[in-house]
Amino acid sequence: MDIPRHWRLRKQRYALVGEVCDNCDAKLFPPRDICPDCGEEAKTLYSFSGHGEVYSYTTVYDPPVGFEESAPYTVAIVKLDEGPLVTAQLTDLEEKEVEIGMPVEMVTRKLRSATDERGMLVYGYKFRPILNASLV
Amino acid sequence: MKEVVIAGVGQTPVGEHYDISLRELAYKAVEAARADAGGLHPQALYVGNMLAATLSRQGHLGTLIADFCGMTGIEASAIEGAGASGGLALRMGYLAVASGAVDTAIVVGVEKLTDQTVSNVNAAIATTTDADYEAEQGLTLTALAALLMRRYMHEFDVPQGAFGGFPITAHANGATNPNAMYQRAINPDAYLKAGMVSDPLNMFDIAPNADGAAVILLTRPEILPSKFSHPLVQITGSSVATDTLALHDRPQPLSLHAARVSIESACQQAGVSVGDIDLFELYDAYSIYPPLILEAAGLAEAGQGWQWAQNGQISLQGELPVATFGGLKARGNPGGATGVYQIVEAALQLRSQAGKNQVLDAKTALVQSLGGAASTAVTHVLQTNN
Ligand SMILES: [Zn+2]
Repeated sequence: MDIPRHWRLRKQRYALVGEVCDNCDAKLFPPRDICPDCGEEAKTLYSFSGHGEVYSYTTVYDPPVGFEESAPYTVAIVKLDEGPLVTAQLTDLEEKEVEIGMPVEMVTRKLRSATDERGMLVYGYKFRPILNASLV
Repeated sequence: MKEVVIAGVGQTPVGEHYDISLRELAYKAVEAARADAGGLHPQALYVGNMLAATLSRQGHLGTLIADFCGMTGIEASAIEGAGASGGLALRMGYLAVASGAVDTAIVVGVEKLTDQTVSNVNAAIATTTDADYEAEQGLTLTALAALLMRRYMHEFDVPQGAFGGFPITAHANGATNPNAMYQRAINPDAYLKAGMVSDPLNMFDIAPNADGAAVILLTRPEILPSKFSHPLVQITGSSVATDTLALHDRPQPLSLHAARVSIESACQQAGVSVGDIDLFELYDAYSIYPPLILEAAGLAEAGQGWQWAQNGQISLQGELPVATFGGLKARGNPGGATGVYQIVEAALQLRSQAGKNQVLDAKTALVQSLGGAASTAVTHVLQTNN
């Protein structure tokens, strides 16, 4: 169930591969093939640095099926250094208080547990605080 | 375009109907609307529903409901646009009658959201977000609303208590609506002390998922007998607009583009300005949306929409009553049926049949349904027919 869908998304999930518009140089993540800024085709792959800052955040206490194991978990919209906003969980927070503007970096983690008999686990990007942001 | 009027309305109480199936729920509201319309026979049926295929294991709702409600043979189809499904079904009915393709259309909004466990329902509703880039990260519609609210509070330096006026007003209005899920007022103190669900959203900031069915019968005025049993309400504006599906794909997430465009277009068709509106049935599934919608409508500057809820301006006696029968918050939110409930309620206001919830001298109503994180916006203008 859903195996081809997750396989197709592997470059985005593991390496934050989006696109760059050849016409106006806009960086796009997730990839969408048509540049929202200028309307031209944008199919050139572009790997994002994985660095950004928290744009907004909240905590999920009532998770959907498949996410019960990690609840409660913190989700955020992250503004990537290259421009786009991306939605993801925050991880490795330990006692750290999240705030808007906090610098974060991408890591790969388990996204959801198996919900069917084949026991497929889904891995992908999450973001963690850059612990000593001034040294990066 | 031909003149389109509402010949009949029907609704079931909103709540947890363990004992009533999807089709029976639809039938109860259909029966009520047909009686209200003097037994008018529709030639086309449009069903608004969001999740029956997932949560009730039933697709093909157009034919199911035509069949079960004794209308086998007529044109029928189902429309899906997340929480805006009911508004979209009305749009289809409106176009069918306005174009002259049919004389009479019936619009059924029906949804059952309480049969399954909360985690199943949350996962099903999350399919209305971007499945690959939002839901797969564990996001829910509630979390997206919380992200918007947190950002709003940060950008405009607004405290959490500023949003309380919206659910408090909705509950005050729901208290006198016999069809509302919650018929109990809440006070400002209870709001401030309510437990967090998805911070900064507390339990009073979130409308309850519910079961319900609501129905509208549309026709042209000349089809009806000249001495009809109730005043006629005309649909004078109808507009649908879309935004990006995912919230993160918007250059300005706090600016609800689709909501703004559809309000402007519907008002323009009706020849009214938002200042002429006597009541506004809007999307209050989460307390962050009413201020964003009031800003999108041009009724407030960015960051100031919350001020509408401060001094009774949105109460039944206020300058712009909203959620007049309790809104999604207190009447309850039966997904794809919600947009049709909103139209039923606005029609009752304009017919002066709103009982204890009546807005005095209501002549023009604005009604807006939103789907997802305001990714689909459907707006109608209803006016008394002179
Ligand atoms: Zn471009």
